Amino acid sequence: MTARKVMLHIEEESNTATFKLQGTPTIQRLSSLEQKLAASVDKVKAKNIVWDLSELESMDSALAVLIAKHIKQAADSGHHVTLNEMQDEVKKMLTMAQEHTHFNSVFEAPKESILQAIGADIIDRWIKFGAFLGFFGQLSLTFFSSFYHLRHIRWKEMFFEANESGIKALPIIVLTTFLTGVVVAYQSAAQLKLYGANIFIVDMLGISILREMAPMLAAIIVAGRSGSAYAAQIGVMKITEELDAMRTMGFDPYAFLVLPRMLALIIMMPILIFFADIAGVVGGMLIAKIDLGLSPTLFLERFVEVVSIKHFWVGMLKGPFFAILIASIGIYRGLQVKNDTQSIGFNTTKAVVESIFAVIICDAFFSIIFTNLGY
Amino acid sequence: MVSNVMSSDKKIIEIRDVVTKFGENLVHDGINLHVNEGEIYGLLGPSGCGKSVLMREMIMLENFHSGSIELLGHKIESIQSRAAQQLRMQWGVLFQSNALFTSLTVAENIALALQEYTKLSPEIINDIVAFKIDIVGLKQSDGNLYPSQISGGMKKKAALARALVMDPKVLFLDEPTSGLDPISAREFDTLIVKLRDLLNLSVVMVSHDLTSINNTLDRMGVIDNKKIVAQGTLEEVKTIKSPFIERFFEMEH
Repeated sequence: MTARKVMLHIEEESNTATFKLQGTPTIQRLSSLEQKLAASVDKVKAKNIVWDLSELESMDSALAVLIAKHIKQAADSGHHVTLNEMQDEVKKMLTMAQEHTHFNSVFEAPKESILQAIGADIIDRWIKFGAFLGFFGQLSLTFFSSFYHLRHIRWKEMFFEANESGIKALPIIVLTTFLTGVVVAYQSAAQLKLYGANIFIVDMLGISILREMAPMLAAIIVAGRSGSAYAAQIGVMKITEELDAMRTMGFDPYAFLVLPRMLALIIMMPILIFFADIAGVVGGMLIAKIDLGLSPTLFLERFVEVVSIKHFWVGMLKGPFFAILIASIGIYRGLQVKNDTQSIGFNTTKAVVESIFAVIICDAFFSIIFTNLGY
Repeated sequence: MVSNVMSSDKKIIEIRDVVTKFGENLVHDGINLHVNEGEIYGLLGPSGCGKSVLMREMIMLENFHSGSIELLGHKIESIQSRAAQQLRMQWGVLFQSNALFTSLTVAENIALALQEYTKLSPEIINDIVAFKIDIVGLKQSDGNLYPSQISGGMKKKAALARALVMDPKVLFLDEPTSGLDPISAREFDTLIVKLRDLLNLSVVMVSHDLTSINNTLDRMGVIDNKKIVAQGTLEEVKTIKSPFIERFFEMEH
């Protein structure tokens, strides 16, 4: 049996230092040997160094590299290095390490300066902006031409997507807007009670929920659910070359993948907002009853009286615009996925963040436009 | 190119009566085979016969239903997690799609196991990486590139260097020459045989490539109809009467 431990003996007499290795070294136990060798380099004064590897039975490549490095360093610093007889296996491995190891190689992941990074980022954003315009143009073309060729619309895919990103989102949207209605009503009830202006809760809730809350919340939830799903689905399709396969078979990915998702969201978004409106108002009505003692009958009578139908339509009108933004950003991000795993995560995150951001910006524009138009 | 000099009779892998089921679907119905130390062993068979599944069972990525797989003295159906981790350090795996980590450069991919499992200094790790990069036939400058920046053949070599970094006893290759051009594929064959001779490796590979099978394999097992229908050297296997074997080797002529 050979010793499990690696032993290094260094003997120095007159002009010759002998390095002798014993045992069966494995890569896991190599670090102590490395330290010993590193420490020995400065100590050895002798001109001649002899390596005695005769008692080694085998040598793995890490040990071979280690010894080859030591031999080279010693030779470079003016020592005369000789190797004693050793087993063929060991000899073969050591020779291979000496031949194949480039000791001056330095491996560093390429780094760039801040200036380079900023420059690259600006150019990248410029290119991406152009790409988005290109994408949007192509999308618009497909979109409008599809009205001339109604039978080219992939109805089956569209209804599938409408179910996936519309109907399946309904419970969470209804719940969220219901709770938002509850919270808004509850907070304002406390204030309104101070002035004895209980009945005005109807005006407040009606306008804020129909105009702003319901469309925004619905859009944000759809962006989180479907924007990310679109980016990930289409991104993976790009990596697995499914998109390329479609192109080579003459199927336009815009008609097959992009348009159905877009149309599905455009149709479903107003419907989702409609249900969100109801849920929000019901939530408010509940609090009005519990906290302010306002009966649902009275609430609804007042509602019809003071909340004009235009607020409802303003909210509904936002739906298709939000849908276009969410779908186009999600799909665009999917198409931006490159052939590596990181880029799916990156683009999915971007899809959600950018589409929510776009929805909020768009909402702000609507707010200004409608107010100035007198709606 | 085939040499049996290195082979000894010591079995490093022994598979007994392995049964694999995916739900109701029976994939393996009692597979028996063994791999000797130092040989290059091929798993052959028609598409969908479960070659890759069997290899994934050997490297503990897939569970099997019953039977036993013994690898380097460990029975992997009853292996403890510590022993499993030990075992994982003694093999190298080259996946069909290379599976290089995209966030790391080639050199970092190769160095990763050394950094995690040894206490070696960064300098010597660097030298070992340089050695592995050279030995698989990559240029030193390729070490600084990311996997997305290199060609398919280079990725194969980089993944091989990563598989070899801990000086494994066994190397698993899943269709190593698929996706390579014939010249690169033959170079890869030569490389595998050379590395086996130099590093005392045993190699298990799944392959469809006839030239590669002729050039590299010492022994092989043919899976068909859920069982091993033939095992042995190329000459031995060719004598077996089986529809798959006859059709498969017919294509040579």
